[in-house]
Amino acid sequence: MANININTRAQKMTFWEKIYLPEIAKGLSLTFKQIFEPKITRSYPEERFEPTGSYRGRPVLVLEEEGERCVACGLCSRVCPALAIEVQAGETLTRDKERYPAKFEINMLRCIFCGFCEEVCPEEAIVMSKDYEMVYQNREDAILGKDKLLVPVAQLQDRLEYLRTHQYYEPKAA
Amino acid sequence: MDFLTLCLVSLLKGALVLFLVMLPGAIISVYSERRVAAFIQQRLGPNRVGPFGLMQAFADVAKLIFKEDVVPSEANKFFHSLAPLIACTTTLALFAVIPFADYVMINGTRIDIAVAPNINLAVLYILAVSSVAVYGITFAGWSSGNKYSLLGALRSSAQMISYELTLGSSLIGIIMMTGSMNLGDIVHAQANLKWNIFYQPLGFLIFLVASFAETNRAPFDLVEAEPELVGGYHTEYAGMKFGLFMLVEFVHTIIAPCIIVTLFLGGWQIPVPTFILNAIGIYDGSIPMVLLQLGSFLVKVLAMMFFFIWVRWSLPRFRYDQLMNLGWKVMLPLSLVNIIITAIVVYFTK
Repeated sequence: MANININTRAQKMTFWEKIYLPEIAKGLSLTFKQIFEPKITRSYPEERFEPTGSYRGRPVLVLEEEGERCVACGLCSRVCPALAIEVQAGETLTRDKERYPAKFEINMLRCIFCGFCEEVCPEEAIVMSKDYEMVYQNREDAILGKDKLLVPVAQLQDRLEYLRTHQYYEPKAA
Repeated sequence: MDFLTLCLVSLLKGALVLFLVMLPGAIISVYSERRVAAFIQQRLGPNRVGPFGLMQAFADVAKLIFKEDVVPSEANKFFHSLAPLIACTTTLALFAVIPFADYVMINGTRIDIAVAPNINLAVLYILAVSSVAVYGITFAGWSSGNKYSLLGALRSSAQMISYELTLGSSLIGIIMMTGSMNLGDIVHAQANLKWNIFYQPLGFLIFLVASFAETNRAPFDLVEAEPELVGGYHTEYAGMKFGLFMLVEFVHTIIAPCIIVTLFLGGWQIPVPTFILNAIGIYDGSIPMVLLQLGSFLVKVLAMMFFFIWVRWSLPRFRYDQLMNLGWKVMLPLSLVNIIITAIVVYFTK
């Protein structure tokens, strides 16, 4: 048994540590101090969490004054790992852009908020918004069409600013 | 007072204690356990149901009552149902001997503020009844037909039997000093701030630690060591039967402070000299005096309850062998030393 040394930790303890009580008092005083520390919990419906531009919430389409930015190239649909996006292109006659999305649907039951659609988009037309309150009463409601996806560009400034300062490639000059 | 009046008064007192002490007590215990735990962890805790979340306990109970009562097919149905009842009854029966205040004179009749006042063997009663509680836990674990429940129950009974001895012998000092096992006498002997905690600090410490173990609370809550035993002895319980076990656990956090306060912290004694109270017109047996005593008891019990919860959220759980080492090799010898010292001092001073 000479070379077996059990419980070395206990042997290294001093007398005051071995009788527990002073250490227990130290621990108790530590936890007592915690009671007066500011609380970390946020009372949610009253105090909302306001995300910064880096937050990846519900993906939305950018709506400018003359219409949506999207040119229905279908890259987002192609890159989406969860197959959540469906795009059908239509032809424009009035604007300088030739194509527009006749149908653009994101299935929020499938979306995994990876942000690939936003990364791949050449027009900066689909971006992740700050919206994190997504509640649907049934499956049909969770498939968002263009009416729910289009968001005015003014509301997305934080995200667009973030993308310009943090994306690796030079964004296309407007 | 004839026999019939005595019975009626006792019944009335029992009902009053049930509705004015246990139910609010259990609610306060649930609430304070969760809120204090939250504050220690820098959280807010339940604050939605009712003002400051005080109605949280009602919401929990209502949920548990409406749950399906599932009995496992492997279980022994009779003992499975009996176990929570034993656990609950034995714990609640402990309240019978606790003196909440001294006495009140109504129409020349003396009414003691305790369900069963002046029992000569009250200390033994407490020890005996709290040992019966182990049957509830053992039956629960054994009748569930689940090895984790059984392991939890075995641990619990081993732990309770080991600490029962220490619990009893740590009280012998007090019994020798007072010369009585009557809780009323023990409290009366602690008048004028002569609290037993000042005369029996070692006995107090041993009793405190042993009562943590006896009530299966942290740091001695091996019975419910979730990482090892799922839920312990009540793994296979659902609905209100589980609720009864939880009730027992929360009533433990009231009854243990009640016993400690009665034995060591002066019970209902007000820490103000009697002549000051007499000077402002408050005499023994009057209603203001009883209210003051009840208030004093309540404050002490709440402070002790806070201490119990505070310890629970500060100390990590003991390992099983550490628990047994502490119980048999440290606590028991210390309590014997305490008995010998007290005996010598009592012999030479009385």
